[in-house]
Formats: sequence, C-alpha cells, structure tokens
Amino acid sequence: MSDDKTSPELQQLDARIAKARKGSDQGNGPEMSGFGAAMRYATELVSGLIVGVAIGYFLDKWLDTGPWFLVVFFFLGAGAGIMNVYRTASGIGMAPGYKDPAPTIKSSVVTDADNKTDDKKRG
Amino acid sequence: MANPLEQFTIKTLVPIQLGEVNASLTNAGLFMVLTVAAVTLFLTLGMTRRAAVPGRWQSMAELSYEFIAGMIRDNVGNEGRRYFPFVFSLFMFILFANLIGMIPYSFTFTSHIAVTFTMAMVVFLGVTVIAIIRHGLHFFSFFLPTGVPMVMAPILVPIEVLSYLSRPISLSIRLFANMMAGHTMIKVFAGFVIPLGILGGWAPLTVIVALTAFEFLVAFLQAYVFTVLTCLYLNDAIHLH
Repeated sequence: MSDDKTSPELQQLDARIAKARKGSDQGNGPEMSGFGAAMRYATELVSGLIVGVAIGYFLDKWLDTGPWFLVVFFFLGAGAGIMNVYRTASGIGMAPGYKDPAPTIKSSVVTDADNKTDDKKRG
Repeated sequence: MANPLEQFTIKTLVPIQLGEVNASLTNAGLFMVLTVAAVTLFLTLGMTRRAAVPGRWQSMAELSYEFIAGMIRDNVGNEGRRYFPFVFSLFMFILFANLIGMIPYSFTFTSHIAVTFTMAMVVFLGVTVIAIIRHGLHFFSFFLPTGVPMVMAPILVPIEVLSYLSRPISLSIRLFANMMAGHTMIKVFAGFVIPLGILGGWAPLTVIVALTAFEFLVAFLQAYVFTVLTCLYLNDAIHLH
C-alpha cells in the first residue's frame, strides 16, 4: 500500500470499488464450493428465524402476552431470513445495500410478501 | 467406537477461581494462547530480516498482509485503512485457529459457538457503534430503503431490523457449523476404518484423506468469509447510503 494518493488514483479506486460491488461476488476471493454455498444459504435462513423467534419468545415471557409476539416475530424472522438468502444469492452483498436500482428491491419485497402468504396458507 | 463429539469437550487444565468467576485455563484457552503466540511468531520472526528480496517465510508474512490490505481496499475503500489492524488480527486469529485445529490431538476452539459468537458480537457492536458515531441518527434510515412506498414500511422496517440483527448469528453459526461438521465427519469416518478390517477399511480411509484436504480448504475459506463479511459490514457502516 503506497501512501501517495493523487486524485486520478482515487478516481480509479472508486471505479474499482464500484466494479467490485457490482460483480456477483467479491473480487479476488476463492471460489465457493457447493457445500460452502449450501451452508451459507442455510445459515442465512436459519439466523433470521433464530433472531425472530428469540425476540418473540422473550417479549412474550417479559410481557406475559401469550403466544402473540412469538407468532408475529416468527413470520417477521422468516421474512428476514428469506431476505438474507435473497441478498446472498443475488450477490447484492450479504448486507442491506440499497444503492442498487429499485427493481431489485421491489422484487425482493414481492418475493417476501409471496413467501409470507404461502407460509400463512400452509400454516 | 469412540464418540465423534468427544473431541469438542472442554477440559480444565489449570483451575483458577477469581471470586465468583471461574477463570480456569481450559484446553480452549490454551489453544487460543497458542494461536496468538503462533501468529505473533509467524509475523515477527518472518519480518526480522526485512530483506528487499524476501525469502519464503518473509514473503508468506507479506502475502498475508497484502491479502487483507487488498481485501479492505476492494471492499471498504480508502477509509477502511484505519481498521486494518483489527481486520488483520481477526483474519490471522481465525485462520491460525482453524489450521492449528487440523493438527491431530489438538483442539479447534472455533468449533465452539461461544467463541465464534463472541467474535461476531465484537464485529457487530463495533460496526454499529462506528456507524452511529459517523452518521448519528441518520443511521436509522438504513432500515428503510429509498423508493419504497410508505404502505410497505410497517412490514419492511421490522424485517430489515431483524435482518440486521441476524448478522452476528449467521456470522457465528457459519464458522462454528463448518468447523464442527468437518471435524465430526472426519471422526465418524475414522471410526469405520478399524471395524471394517483390512479389506473394507480402505474405503473410509480414502474418504478421510479427501476430507482432510477439504478441511484445509474450509479452514482457509471460513477465515476468509468471516473477514470479508466484516469488511462488508464495515463498508455499510462507513458509506451509509
């Protein structure tokens, strides 16, 4: 890493960052194996559910409000998990990154809503 | 057959009791100390000669430095440079922990959720604090994407918040589950070798050889994934949209 940062170099850097963010996966990292990918999607989905259920469970315990918070937060957690998986799979970056064009965001919302209604129909 | 999960038991080596707190040195603690010592020795001894044309060891040390420096440059940008020491320590710690865990009879402390969750929480809290310091209350606009109809907000904002809160969980579970699953799998197949005898034992033995090579890949890959996600979270915190 050199310390002489002139402005053309900075612009070049910006371009490179933009390119790296647009790319499907991050830069020069090693390729993911199938097992690794499966593991990652699974953890993304499960972690959303864990957080939702945990919050719902402890709110219920604290406020003594029957199963209601658990039910609500279960579905919210499921939505968050599905959103996580969607983000990971579509390579927006495994994090909420909203500089992307609106269509991707809207489609993610639609899939969330669809999945949630599906869950409700089944449940 | 030996219990494949026995390798993960925590044993107290030197019992220390500080008041109410059990601060005993366990095998996990011992291997954390060993990992820190190994990383320190690897980097300091590698760089003692400071040759212009590096030898093998020095170039390995320089390579790991440049790998993380490049990762931060690509994922966070120029402002991420001040967080280099933290990210580099994190990467080297996890990588060496995973690799030392591959030595037979050693202990893999990254296969414990207590360890990985603590590291993930440090990252998560640190990144959140950085974001709030840099952006103040504007940070909370993070949870409502631009261009979303306000009708959707009551559903979307809780989902966003939960999605944000699930970051440390997925970060820690990924590392812990990968390490634990791999080590258990090797032990399970190893348990078949002797019972199947001289004729049938070769099949699981072959699998173990392949799995061991695969585990080395996973050891590196998981250290990489943990660090790259830290970089991405840092990027979100610094360049809040």
